[in-house]
Parts: sequence; structure tokens; C-alpha cells
Amino acid sequence: MPDLLIELFSEEIPARMQADAAEALKKRVTDGLVEAGLTYAGAQAFHTPRRLTLALEGLLAESPTTREERRGPRTDAPEKAVEGFLRGAGLTRDQLTEREEKKGTFFFAVIEKQGRPAAEIVAEVLETTIRTFPWPKSMRWGTGTLRWVRPLHSILCLMTTEAGSEVVPLDIDGITAGDSTRGHRFMAPARFSVTGFEDYAAKLKRAHVVLDAAERADHIWNDATNAAFAAGLEVVEDRGLLSEVAGLVEWPVVLMGEIGADFLDLPPEVLQTSMKEHQKFFSVKNPSTGRIERFVTVANRETADNGATVLAGNRKVLAARLSDAKFFWENDLRVARAEKMQPWLDQLENVTFHAKLGSQADRIRRIAALAREIAPHVGADPDMAAQAARVAKADLSSEMVYEFPELQGLMGRYYSEAAGLAPEIAAACEEHYSPLGPSDDVPEAPVSVAVALADKLDTLTGFWAIDEKPTGSKDPYALRRAALGVIRLVQNNALRLHLGNLIDKQNVRRETALPPIDETALADHFRIVKASHDLTEADNKAIADRIADAPSEQESKITDDSVDIRADLLAFLHDRLKVHLRDAGIRHDVIDACLAMPGNDDLTLLVKRAEALSAFLATSDGENLVQGYKRANNILTQAEQKDGVAYEFGADRKFAETDEERALFDALETARPQIDAAVEAEDFSAAMTAMAALRAPIDAFFEAVQVNADNQVVRRNRLNMLHTIRETCLKAADLTKLEG
Amino acid sequence: MAETSKPKSFQEIILRLQSYWAAQGCAIMQPYDMEVGAGTFHPATTLRSLGSNPWAAAYVQPSRRPTDGRYGENPNRLQHYYQYQVLIKPSPPDLQELYLGSLAAIGIDMEMHDIRFVEDDWESPTLGAWGLGWEVWCDGMEVSQFTYFQQVGGHDCHPVSGELTYGLERLAMYVLGIDHVMDMPYNDPQAPIALSYGDVFRQTEEEYSRWNFDVANTEVLLRHFEEAEAECEAILAQDTVDPKTGKRIVMAHPAYDQCIKASHMFNLLDARGVISVTERQAYIGRVRTLAKKCADAFVTTRAGGWTEETAA
Repeated sequence: MPDLLIELFSEEIPARMQADAAEALKKRVTDGLVEAGLTYAGAQAFHTPRRLTLALEGLLAESPTTREERRGPRTDAPEKAVEGFLRGAGLTRDQLTEREEKKGTFFFAVIEKQGRPAAEIVAEVLETTIRTFPWPKSMRWGTGTLRWVRPLHSILCLMTTEAGSEVVPLDIDGITAGDSTRGHRFMAPARFSVTGFEDYAAKLKRAHVVLDAAERADHIWNDATNAAFAAGLEVVEDRGLLSEVAGLVEWPVVLMGEIGADFLDLPPEVLQTSMKEHQKFFSVKNPSTGRIERFVTVANRETADNGATVLAGNRKVLAARLSDAKFFWENDLRVARAEKMQPWLDQLENVTFHAKLGSQADRIRRIAALAREIAPHVGADPDMAAQAARVAKADLSSEMVYEFPELQGLMGRYYSEAAGLAPEIAAACEEHYSPLGPSDDVPEAPVSVAVALADKLDTLTGFWAIDEKPTGSKDPYALRRAALGVIRLVQNNALRLHLGNLIDKQNVRRETALPPIDETALADHFRIVKASHDLTEADNKAIADRIADAPSEQESKITDDSVDIRADLLAFLHDRLKVHLRDAGIRHDVIDACLAMPGNDDLTLLVKRAEALSAFLATSDGENLVQGYKRANNILTQAEQKDGVAYEFGADRKFAETDEERALFDALETARPQIDAAVEAEDFSAAMTAMAALRAPIDAFFEAVQVNADNQVVRRNRLNMLHTIRETCLKAADLTKLEG
Repeated sequence: MAETSKPKSFQEIILRLQSYWAAQGCAIMQPYDMEVGAGTFHPATTLRSLGSNPWAAAYVQPSRRPTDGRYGENPNRLQHYYQYQVLIKPSPPDLQELYLGSLAAIGIDMEMHDIRFVEDDWESPTLGAWGLGWEVWCDGMEVSQFTYFQQVGGHDCHPVSGELTYGLERLAMYVLGIDHVMDMPYNDPQAPIALSYGDVFRQTEEEYSRWNFDVANTEVLLRHFEEAEAECEAILAQDTVDPKTGKRIVMAHPAYDQCIKASHMFNLLDARGVISVTERQAYIGRVRTLAKKCADAFVTTRAGGWTEETAA
């Protein structure tokens, strides 16, 4: 059985795409072969910067011949049906046979597929694979129309048997398959022929190409750690960087160099970021001091001077990069120490955050006001929270963050410390962007929490107000992430906040601070919102300053807008909460049942309620009580609709006819105060336990009693009783919303 | 190889690149006489990469990036610097080898250095252009950009152009072993009047840094931006037939000059720190709209591949 070797040789493939591409080559080729009837024993894919390689072992030499009998329409079927059958089978009428079966006489066709030589199938499958390859980004070159990740230069496609090896004939847009490839671009560029995979791998190694990426990565890691160890240092592990670097070289040569003494005092994060982002260097640190003192770079070749020239060049490039960083760092420190970052804050006055949402400085003022308001709820000092919010984004104007945007926040911390601000404030500068993702750490320090929450709520409120909400996969302002951030901040810190109220007030702050487009409309708005919220002194003053005589037709529209923003944004937060809690195993209808209750903008209360309900529903009492409730509710609702009466007068014990009715009276009387007290204390588990005690009496009641009795007094009394059940069951959550 | 003797000065490196690419058959062009941010803006690249006519050009282009000004103090950063630009359409199959040959021509010994092609997809939002390619590293330093143009001004490139861009100061500093750009010999250090890069440019770097960052009148810049935008549109709105000569004259190049001007005004406004992240998008979008219209116009000229037959 033959082996198959395929190599697609191109100009340099981006490191991040290589591994997926090798897998895709393997999958598409083997899938195609198997579909055509060619099985194989084993397959291995490889990738280097310039080649994708696939080696198949034990391929069938030809696809098997197959025979398939297909039953067609009855012989008396309309002509159209017979024609269709012939078309599908690819046969003519005289090739059909007729046979009688139970249900009549049918046409039968025998479809025979002749086996084909493997080479023919391989050529077809490989051509399709190349023409439809799933590169994340592909390109054309020269005058051609073929697409590949970078220009494709040669195709090696070789079938090998004991008798020898043979090129699979294939031509794609002028690239003819052959049996040869090239070695390392610089160390062994000549073209050479191979006879099979083993010969290929061995000759490549002689030509200074390590075919296997894992082998290259191991080699890099071993040499790097050995070099560091010999100097009493250790390499900072970075798996992503390792696999990227392994994808940049065919012949890895590890070189370790020193970072100039001038730069060792830069913050380690700056050193590491600069070296990794710009140069793809590994950082090497001194384990006793934690300082980063050296770097490791990986060259793609050996040189006569053992890499001395290459290393000297790399060191020089690094020095240039770091002297830039040092220049930024020193300038920034000067501004932080001498001027307490004020020039940066002034600069933010001139930076527009969003045309409709004002400058960065406007935004910071809003965040500071909100942070001050949130502070008491999270155990932070209001003045400190407001001050932290005012400086938290100052570093956006710093030179270092301009150069390395990914260091925002972290530099804020360093600069706040340099400005002599409290450690809580410095920490808030770094932490207020968090959490950024679903698994990112959530801040816990009170000042950080206040600023983080204020930042996200302001962003959400602002973009909601200007109707820039996420749609489908489009979320350019990362508002889903901000919403999840709010949820996780509230949940992890068990914060008790009415978000609706905060959203409303932030809306007012935004509008009062923005240059009014229509003075009178705004004035109206302020007056209305002011009436419905307890605003701070500053808010009131801002409003008072702007209030003017105003026509009233604007009123309803603006009020509605404001209410809409709050309702819509809360709904969005609730949606994100559902997604978030789904991972914790809480059903969306359970959350809906809890959302229907008052105070649903208090997410901690909401989650507590949902958790209790979810646990309750997992018990048999819980599930049955819900059924009992639904039955009561259905009967009552029908009766109310039919009679046009609301049965909410309370049932009277003296009209009870059966023991089951009286038992239910007793149970309700016992449970109701217990449930009320538990709900009041927000102890939803206790409330549900008390409700669970109703399950047996309710079941027994429905078992024994006909609600719609002939006696109208008894019937009315029973309906009133059902109303009490409904009311009682709805005290902790709206069970109507539950599915099933 | 004989040509790997070390060059002695900045200008010698430029001269060697000129003769190398001339020997490869490129038309050696002169810098475009307007302020641009990069060599790509030269119409010999932007416009000539469009349409079906073959093209091969190489040139030096002075480039301005106002935000990179450092008063002549930073060893590597300049608000005015030189790019060397090569554009060949269609891209030849051995373009990588041709490129490596140019490095050898300026004295980089391939046996001693580590040359790498590192992914760098190029995109110019202002030109509505993108391509795939690499930044080329020599011992960890980016010495060139290498791009296969896929789209320019919103038009698919057929055939595809190969573009090479060398950052001349950086490359020359590397080849000459200089640490501070201002110390680099501009002409032969043995010349009777030897001039360093600093002798030639320190003064202007200082002056322009101050002007770019703190003095340029933003209202005036903004007005210039808007005037250039309006003029570009007005030029393109003209009838294709010139009433005076009766000839078909589409004025793609004069319109494109206004697009270049708007782009530079935007860069200056940006350096003055008066453009926010969101506004930036809007400005870039406006320049891109101009660039696209100019590209649309260019492909209706003879140089852009237009003929009476194709038009019919």
C-alpha cells in the first residue's frame, strides 16, 4: 500500500495561522480521500514558516469498485418520474430492469462505480483543498487568481510504494506538482528531490529545517532555560510567545543578551511588554530580586561568529526601544511628581470621548460624581472614591500609555504613587478597568469597586442614551463586557444597589453637563427628573441654573426617553445576567420569575431569590407546589373571566365544608406570616420552605374538593380561597413565569 | 560578493538602492512635491497600483509624521524622515529574492545576520487600501515593509502590485553602526565638508517639533482641511471633457493632491492633540472618501487602464 507525501511550499506563513492550517490540510485531504473510498492507516501534519506538510501512510492504491442496486418508480408511474430516476442514476432506459414486488412492478437500476487509481483521486482532492483552503485571510499575487495565505511557490505530491515513488500529476494555475523542495532560506536554499517522507524529513534536517513545530518549541525552551540557569536566572514562562516564536523559525538558535543597566529601573511590566510586543523576546529574571535583567531572542540561523553579530543587533534594537520607554517614563514621572498629573487631566478636556457624550474630562466628572454616590454602599470613603475616579484615567494622556495602550491603568497606579496619592487611589487606577472578561479578577478594594462600577455604569448609560446599543455580533464599544463587569462587581462583592436609580441620575448628570442642543427641552427634562429623584446638591444646582420657562409639549417625550433608557438598559443587564447565571445552572425562566418581583434592579437580591427558587424547584415539594399553584391560578383566572369579578375578598372559614378545606385554611394561616417575615428578611430559602408546607394541603384540597360547586356561596368562598393561594405563592417569586 | 563592501554614509545607501533597483528595471522617480505621511501616498504608488497597466518604480519619499517629533533628541524618532519605496506591478515571483538582493547591495551580509519575514498586514484606512505581507526584520530590527496590495481606494488590485518600503534612517543607522540618528554621516565622512544627519536636520526637527505640537493654528489647519476636501470634490465634479481643448481630461491627479493635503492637515491636527479617538475615525473616513473618489477617477484615465474600447 502506498504512502503519500504532500508539501505546500510558500512564502512565509504568519506564525499564528500555521498550526490550524496544518490541521485543516490534514482534515480536508483525508476527508476527501475517504469520501472517494480511499482509506489510509495513519496521517501526520507538520508546519514551518514556509511549508505545510502532510504525510499519509498505508493508502489504498485504488478506490474499490462498488455496485449499488436502487429501486425506482413503479413501471406504470408517469414518464416524468421515470425520467427523474434515470437522471439521478445516470443511466438510460434500456439499462433498467423490472421486477415484481408485493406492491407492484418496479424499475431497478444497478449503479456501478468503477474503482479509480489513488493518484487520480489525490490530485482532485488536493486541488479542491488548495482552492478552497480556509485561511483566515488570503491573497492573490502577480497576475493570477489563485488565493493562498502568501504566494504559493511549489507543490510536492509524491506516492511511494516498495517499487519506488511517483509524482502525482497535478497543475494548479501553473504550479506543477513535483518531488522536490527547498531547505532553509539562507543556510540551504538549493532545491532537492525526495523519495518519501523519511527521506524528506532527514534531508530537511540536513538542510537546516526542523519540520516539527513541537520539536522547535522544545528546543527553544530547553536552550533558553539552560542558558538562563547557567547565569543563575530564570526565563519568564510565556506559552503563547513560545509557540509564536517557534512559528517564526525553521532552524531555531537561542541567544541570551543583557538589558542595558540604564533600563533596569523601568517597571518590570514595561520591560516585559516592550520586549514581547516589539521584539518577541522572552524576559529573563533574577529569581532573588524579581527584576528582569536579560532577554532571550531566537534567531533563524547559525552564523560563523556564533550569533555575536545577531545578538549585538538585537541588543541595539532593544536599547533603542527601551530608551524610548525610559524617556516616556521619566517625562511622565516628572508630570506626576511635580504637577500631580494635572496637565494630563487638563488635556483630557480636549479629548472627545464621543461626539455625543462630551470630552473625556466630562466623562470623568460624571464618573466621579457617581463613584461618590456609590461609595457608602461599598464601604468606601466618598471623597476618596471621587478623587480616585478623577485621576483614574489621567494616564491616558501619559506618554507611556500613548506608546503602550495595553499598560493603561497599570501606569496610572505607578504615577498616582509618584504623585503621593493614597495607596487605595493608586490601586483604583489600575483596577477600575476590571473585570474585563468572564474569568478576569474582580476588584474587592472598596475604592476600586466604586470607581469600577461608576465607570461601567456611566459608559452603559451614555451609549444607551445616544442609542448606540450592541446589535447582533456588533458591539464596538464593548458594552456587553461592561454589563458583565457590572454584574460581576455587584455579585462578587454582594453589593446592595438599586441600579435603576443610579442609571437615572447618571442620565441627568450627562444631560446637565452637555452643551444643550435645545435649552428649553433640556430645562424641561431637568425639572421632571429632578422631581422624581433625590438628587445631590450639585445636581440640583446644575439643574436650577438651567431651568427656564418651557413649553410643555416636550415634556412627555423627554420623560418617556428617560424612562425608556432605564428600562431598556436594565433589561439588557438582566439578559446578560441570564447568560451569566446559565453557566451556574440557573434556568432562564427561574430568573424571569424573579425579575417579575419588585426591586429587580438590585442584582444581589435578584440572584439570591433566583438561587433559592432554583434550589426549591429541585425538590419534589417545590415542583408539586408549582403545579398546585398553576392549577389554582387557572381555575381562578377562568372563573374571573367568566364572572367578570375579582375574587379577592378573602375566604371565610365558616363556609368550608370539608376537612381538606379547613386544613388548607389552617396551613395558609400558618404559612402566610412566616412567608411575609422571611421575604421581609430577604431569606428566600425560609420563605420557600414555608411555601413547601402548603404543598400537601393544596394537593389534598384539589383531590377532595370541587371548586365550582353548585352552591354559589361555597363556590365563591372556594374561589376566594384560590385567590389567597395565588397571592401567597407569589410573595417570593412569580411562579406563573415558570415553564413546564 | 563584491558589492557588500560597507557603505560610508546615509547618502551612499540611498545611491546604492537607486542603482540596485534601476538595475532591476525600475523607473527611478523623484520624491512627490507635497507633504505626505509615507511613500505610499506618492501617486506613483497609490494611483499606479490601480488598473491593468504594468508598472515598476522606485523612489525616495520624504515623509512627515508630526506626532513622532522629538525635538531632534530621540536617537530614532523624527517628524521628518525618508522612505525608500519600490512598487512593481504585477508582483514578480522572485520579489523576496530581489528584495534580499537589495539588502546585500547596501552591505548587509546575509551570512552574518538573521533576516526574518514577520506577519504584518498592511492597511491604510485613509487610502481605503490593504494588503498582506510582512515587516522584514534584520537581527530583530524592522528594516522594511513588504506588501502585496490587494485593494487600493476601494478597488481590487488586478494584477497585484508588490510594494517594498524601507525606513531609510533606521536601516542606514543599522548598516553604519550608528546609535543616534543625528550622529550619522550624511555624506562621506572623509569629504572636505563632512556633514552629519544632525548638521542637516537637527535644526528643522527642533523647529517643526515645536510648531507641530504647540504652535500650529488648529483653526487654520481645520479650515485647510475643509478647503482641500471641497476642492477635491469640486475637481472631480468637473465634466470629463475639457471645454477648452475638447479633449477628455479626467483630473484624477490634481484631485488626489487635495486628498494628500487633507490627509496631512489631519496628521497635524492629530499632533496638536485636538482629535479624539472617535473624531479620528470620522476624519479618516472623510479622507478615505476622497481617496476612493480619486481612485474611481484614475481608473477612467489612460494611465489607469481606460481605453475607448473598454469604455464602450
